[in-house]
Amino acid sequence: MDVSADFVPPIVEWYALSPYIVLLAGALFLLVAGSLTPRWPRGWYAMLTALTAGAAGVVAVLQFAALDDEEPRSLVKGVLAHDRFGLFAVIALCVAVVITSMMASDNATSDTQLAETDSLEPYVLLLTAALGAAVMVTSNDLLVSFLGIEILSISMYVLAASDRRRSTSHEAGLKYFVLGGFSSAFLLYGIALVYGTTGQTNLGGIAVVLADEVTVPRNDAMLLAGVALLLVGLSFKVSLVPFHSWTPDVYHGSPTYVTGFMASLGKIAAVVTLVRLFVVALPARADDWRPAVFVLAVLTLVVGSVLAIVQNDVKRMLAYSSISHAGFMLVGLEAAGHLGSPAATEGAASSLLYVVLYSVLALGSFATVAMVSARGDGNSTSLDAFRGIAKSNPVFALGFTLLLLAQAGVPLTSGFVAKFGVIRAAVSTESYVLAILAMVSAVVAAYLYLRIIVSMWLAEPASDAQPVRIGIAGRVSLALAVATTLILGVFPSILLDLKDLGTNFAR
Amino acid sequence: MSSSPSFAGLVGNTVASSPSSLGFPILTSLVVVPLLGALCVLGFGRMRAEWNRLVALVATITTGALCIWTLQAFDSADGGFQFVSHHEWISAWGISWHLGIDGISLFLVVLTGVLFPLVIAGVNPHHDERQYLVWLLMLEAGVMGSFVSLDLFLFFVFFEIVLVPMYFLIGGWGYDQRVYAATKFFLFTMAGSAFLLVGIVATAILSRDSVGEITFDVVRLAEEGSFSVTAGRWLFVAFAIAFAVKVPLFPVHTWLPDAHTQAPTAGSVILAGVLLKMGTYGLLRFGVYLFPEASVWARPVLYTLAVIGIVYGAISATMQKDLKRLVAYSSVAHLGFIVLGTFALTDQSLSGGVMQMVNHGVSTGALFLLVGMIYERRHTRQISELRGLQQVAPVFAGFFMVVMLSSIGLPGLNGFVGEFLILIGSFDTARWWVIVGTVGVVLAALYLLWAYQRVFHGEPDDANRGFAELRLREGLLLSAFVAIIVFTGVYPKPVLSRIEPSVKSLIEHIESRTEYRQPAHEAEGE
Repeated sequence: MDVSADFVPPIVEWYALSPYIVLLAGALFLLVAGSLTPRWPRGWYAMLTALTAGAAGVVAVLQFAALDDEEPRSLVKGVLAHDRFGLFAVIALCVAVVITSMMASDNATSDTQLAETDSLEPYVLLLTAALGAAVMVTSNDLLVSFLGIEILSISMYVLAASDRRRSTSHEAGLKYFVLGGFSSAFLLYGIALVYGTTGQTNLGGIAVVLADEVTVPRNDAMLLAGVALLLVGLSFKVSLVPFHSWTPDVYHGSPTYVTGFMASLGKIAAVVTLVRLFVVALPARADDWRPAVFVLAVLTLVVGSVLAIVQNDVKRMLAYSSISHAGFMLVGLEAAGHLGSPAATEGAASSLLYVVLYSVLALGSFATVAMVSARGDGNSTSLDAFRGIAKSNPVFALGFTLLLLAQAGVPLTSGFVAKFGVIRAAVSTESYVLAILAMVSAVVAAYLYLRIIVSMWLAEPASDAQPVRIGIAGRVSLALAVATTLILGVFPSILLDLKDLGTNFAR
Repeated sequence: MSSSPSFAGLVGNTVASSPSSLGFPILTSLVVVPLLGALCVLGFGRMRAEWNRLVALVATITTGALCIWTLQAFDSADGGFQFVSHHEWISAWGISWHLGIDGISLFLVVLTGVLFPLVIAGVNPHHDERQYLVWLLMLEAGVMGSFVSLDLFLFFVFFEIVLVPMYFLIGGWGYDQRVYAATKFFLFTMAGSAFLLVGIVATAILSRDSVGEITFDVVRLAEEGSFSVTAGRWLFVAFAIAFAVKVPLFPVHTWLPDAHTQAPTAGSVILAGVLLKMGTYGLLRFGVYLFPEASVWARPVLYTLAVIGIVYGAISATMQKDLKRLVAYSSVAHLGFIVLGTFALTDQSLSGGVMQMVNHGVSTGALFLLVGMIYERRHTRQISELRGLQQVAPVFAGFFMVVMLSSIGLPGLNGFVGEFLILIGSFDTARWWVIVGTVGVVLAALYLLWAYQRVFHGEPDDANRGFAELRLREGLLLSAFVAIIVFTGVYPKPVLSRIEPSVKSLIEHIESRTEYRQPAHEAEGE
């Protein structure tokens, strides 16, 4: 390490940091101003949240575009990466916040009981969660990653428990908190061991040290233990089998818009962090971690899809399906581990695209679940609650059907583009077994989506069923999700032509 | 050979007034017109209920007319791809919108174009006509797309997208076990597609070196691509699994009887008429054309499965109590013949196979229509509950008889031409399998004639005495089918002359790439 007597303050590129600053400032402003003023009219908190996230997203888009002819670089003495891989994820995170805040306010307006409690805390937490996630996805340093993870996780714990009327929400919050804290411990221990071996917490620095050491391996057991602990800790966050057990309960218990937020923003943050860590910091040990990722991917794909089809609650179904989708993202990571193959660079990009495209589907799907469960007693997310919805709300049912078919991977939807990307990466690196297993598990999971579709279209509605009422914000967010699904499904070139998504990392 | 000269010819060949030089994207419009129809029905349908059917009919008839025009404009001397349309789509992945037809796909396209207006005009759904028509039109777009695609990715997209409308048609308008049957259909086909997708990607990636770039263009992959023997065989297996489910070949045929039996009449007609052909067509276009070495290698297995399908399908059909299930199992048997002919790899057997794809679509489609009419009148399909219909509805019985005889393969009707060509063409290359397969022809006569005897002969009991005679609309519909049956049976030359050049060039393609040589026999070239 560069030990210097004089402290040289890092150069701070304020513009490059502006997405984080906007998110933080928005959160603080909302918290302070909201606390000092009487309750705002309905939807105003949401609007401010969406505007803040939107502004951060716009800045991120501009920076992303500027990187077209700039070299990626690291910020603040190398702790944050300013590259297209990270910025693309930041853009997606901001979109997730915008859609989630619209959903949250719509959920509130469609339910008078909730409307009285349309409080500002969840919105502040949405913004802080986004800040944590943005730090995670661009972090180029293990300690900063950890900071980001904690900011995100603590916001999520509170969000999960934020429905004060339901005990399942409290339970979800507590479960998430205990298991999340547990996994953070693993992660921290892993960071410590990796630091102990390499003397570095900087991802680029670790890579340099390890590359030097290839000929003379030192402290191999300690390093591998560290890598394993890192993998375990992040596997909790991504909810990979066998570290997934919290997912169904937490997804089920949390307020539905929070579940959508976890499945989108939480997934993006965790997966992107995982991919960046392994691809940037540990390429020299790819032969060591690739088999572990392979096993995790297979387990996640198979267990996620098989357990998904035996559920009878739509929220739990979608929770398991999100686990199975995480398996697909790992397929991309596994491909990225084949360093000898020229196609390895496709792996990281395909994982990134998968998680971003999936997050849109998850947001839309959980939004529809929230709308359906808002009728009647307000909490019923069982499959029966979806019976015959196509009769009363055909357009709504069609939208949800498209989102489900996209998750099943039917062509001309974004879900298929995502699947095709990872399968292509896997096949390019000759991981045929993984590719076929992934596709077969997708078929198993398709049964789950068909069950929901059957319930909506082919089952008779319950005699006392009322039509689903959807507020304007809900309509807009749902339309946005469906439009994205279709447009990117038919014209995937919009995304695929973006260069440097999975290559040219800032180090 | 088969395609690159013609493809090059398309660009320069303006003198010969090649149809494709008209500049009208005829194949694209075959896909787009039904899709537009679906959107129109979806958009305007709420205003006047009667318009739905009108719009749907206009869309399908336009498509049908375009198909007929294609048939007439098709250059029967050219064995390559015609009416080619080629545009960039997803350039980052080497995927293009590449359409074209040759003698092999031509008649499947025409069959699709003709069947859809007929079923829309001829069969009414029992409820929710608007949605039903939307799904049917989307189905037509998907089926057309899969028959005209010359890009593997594009083909896969259409191949998969077809599942969705068919799923909803079976699940929404079918009979008692419809949800079970629809789900089984969807999952079986999708399981096959899992292998197909991996196979497609691997094909493109593995031929990167020989082609020079990653492309999903079938023509380029077939002409320029080369694989190691092992890789080619594995890829062929992946493709074959997907198409075997779709055909369906024994032992993955079990979804078919359920899907056929539970589907509404129109669904059964389309399923038998064109959807199953996507499997046999896929085997021919993507299996044999892309992997000549592997298809020569895999022939014994496919012959065996095909022959098991022929005999097993026929025996199962004999045992059925449900008339519709009987017809469904007869499909398994008939498609066995097509697969046998496809992989026997002689001019005659392949031409017969292609011909039989069309014939089976027409005859079995018509049989399903007739069974549907019986069900509408009697609300049962149980053979034991039907008796003596010939006395009360002689015209109906007459139509049934003609269609049934065509399915059996009576000389003079279309079924004979295809089956005979397959058997005679395969005799050189697959002798013992043909001998066993011929039993299937005899069994076909057994199960169909026996069923006819039980349903139409004898004295009608009280329940069957009220069986209504054929109505005018039904009569016109069936006449169209019978006209095709008789015409192609008596005068198959216009059909065969368009199929043969493409089949010949396909066989030359195989011979140029493998040790395989078509057995020479005196009859050739007469």
